Amino acid sequence: MDFINFYLIPGIVLGSIYALGAIGVSLVFGILRFANFAHGELMLIGAYVTYSLIQFTGLHPLVVLPIAMLFTSLVALGIDHSFYKPFRASKSTIVIVASFGIALMARSAVQIIWGVDQFSYSPGRIQMPMVFFDTLRISPKHIWIVSFTLVLMAITHVILSYTRAGKAMRAMSDSAELARLTGINTENVVKTTWVLGASLATAAGVFLGWDSHLHSMMGFYMLLPMFAAAILGGIGQPYGAMVGGLIVGLAEELSAYPWIGENPLLSPAYKAGVAFALMIIMLIWRPSGLFRGRVF
Amino acid sequence: MDSAQAYGYMLYFVSLMTMGGIYAIMCLGLNIQWGFTGLFNAGIAGFFAIGAYVSAILTTAESTSHLGGYELPIALGLVGAMAVTAVIAWLVGLLCIRLRSDYLAIATIGIGEIFRLILKNEIWATNGARGIAKIPLPFETLSEPWNKIGFMLLVLTVVALLYFVIERARLAPWGRLMTGIRENEHSARAAGKNVERFRIEAFVCGSVLMGLAGGLTAHYIKFIGPGATEPLTTTFLVWVMLIAGGSGNNRGALLGAFLLWMIWSFTEVLTGRLPAELAVKAAYFRIFLIGLLLQVVLQRYAGGILPERRPTTAQQSVEASSQ
Repeated sequence: MDFINFYLIPGIVLGSIYALGAIGVSLVFGILRFANFAHGELMLIGAYVTYSLIQFTGLHPLVVLPIAMLFTSLVALGIDHSFYKPFRASKSTIVIVASFGIALMARSAVQIIWGVDQFSYSPGRIQMPMVFFDTLRISPKHIWIVSFTLVLMAITHVILSYTRAGKAMRAMSDSAELARLTGINTENVVKTTWVLGASLATAAGVFLGWDSHLHSMMGFYMLLPMFAAAILGGIGQPYGAMVGGLIVGLAEELSAYPWIGENPLLSPAYKAGVAFALMIIMLIWRPSGLFRGRVF
Repeated sequence: MDSAQAYGYMLYFVSLMTMGGIYAIMCLGLNIQWGFTGLFNAGIAGFFAIGAYVSAILTTAESTSHLGGYELPIALGLVGAMAVTAVIAWLVGLLCIRLRSDYLAIATIGIGEIFRLILKNEIWATNGARGIAKIPLPFETLSEPWNKIGFMLLVLTVVALLYFVIERARLAPWGRLMTGIRENEHSARAAGKNVERFRIEAFVCGSVLMGLAGGLTAHYIKFIGPGATEPLTTTFLVWVMLIAGGSGNNRGALLGAFLLWMIWSFTEVLTGRLPAELAVKAAYFRIFLIGLLLQVVLQRYAGGILPERRPTTAQQSVEASSQ
């Protein structure tokens, strides 16, 4: 039971968070054709805006989440318009440099506005986990996080599969040139991509902050697992990113389980290395990912 | 201005030139990777840290708190730092160089992070968060200003030497091939060049310089710990130096390094005078402004202060002189 309570469930929670972030990374990579280093910082902004909204209104994080999503989407659109759009036609490697700069600017902006102290959405309140079958213990917030992730994934699925904007996004991810030829307004697709990516990143940031706490480096630490998940699932494949996120989250948590003998298989201090190892293995073995994404 | 004050200014100038020189070494390294060959390295601080720790461990006296006790001469420590960085960079290159620079960028971020974790957690070797102290400084036997001046001259000599070697390499077929790979990988391959091998060469050469810079810093500050440099700021600063100075141009890389380091250092002095609470925020505002500077340069002055000048072929120079 310890296995389920302390390794499997945290792994699924973490995996859900990574999955939400990885969808945006994968879509931006597929559609705008660059690795957005500032994606973790969208999570950071979303999580901190939610914190301030909670302070002002006293409402639950999930209630103010849509407002934070809207705000973060506007920030993402603003960043795209001012800093990424000028490079649309040029060699895409320059945009990575720009996004690297944006990541640092966004983080320092958060540090200027909110400072560098850790925050919690519900300080002092510790929720007792719910007990099932005498031994299975699940914290209510974990149930909330996983069920909301499923809802958001279902919404993403509906948008991508049944709406014009979603279909246009997938078309542009497959081939930007062909999409343009069939009369798709590619700039609108780019905007939709940012709104979707930023909204999901906000949710991921809020869930991560809710699960533990907020700190100004949280966005940067999420970058590697999110990219690992996106590459694992295949660049430009949102469903792949969901699966990839879950795999990376589970792998990170399960690597600390004492599979052999008494000690953790891998010291929890090196959890972050698991995502990296998975990514490197994938890049060597199958760069297109599990779901046959793009390789640049 | 009394003499004590003048002495203080002189020491400040010496430290400015020393650290500027160390950043110039990293900037030249990044120029080989990004400026010549178009390889994105987001883990500069990682290679810097490897170099710093290797040189520190090789040259310090025996201590119960960390690996070491070899007490090698500083020159050998620096050679060791460069050798270890080379091996690690070679492995990274072997794994990731085939794919487009986006992947290399992500992989180098990962390498940097893993090194940070190792340095923090393998306490038997690195003394964890407390770091390694009492690292020997060259010219330690000399008296107060002269040891620092000696070290500054050492760093500046290394910078000058590296500049001549790298500038020579840039004009040589090696450098022109690197630019060829950057501009059009497929035609370089069609010309029968082993693109992967040359990319790895460029990546290793650049990273070795970052390791050397790390080693020099460890000896200069006499201490190295995981907190001695903020990894992202170091990496980012070197990037802004190269882009602002002129990516692909070695003189641009040097100019950018010294100029940006001066701006960075002066603003630190200015924000240090603010009240404590404001000073913390001002430190982040500084990073924000440097980020903004990068964006302005990228969009308005893409070539930097000294834009890249491609070497001319014999044919072109004949045509130019006949006009």
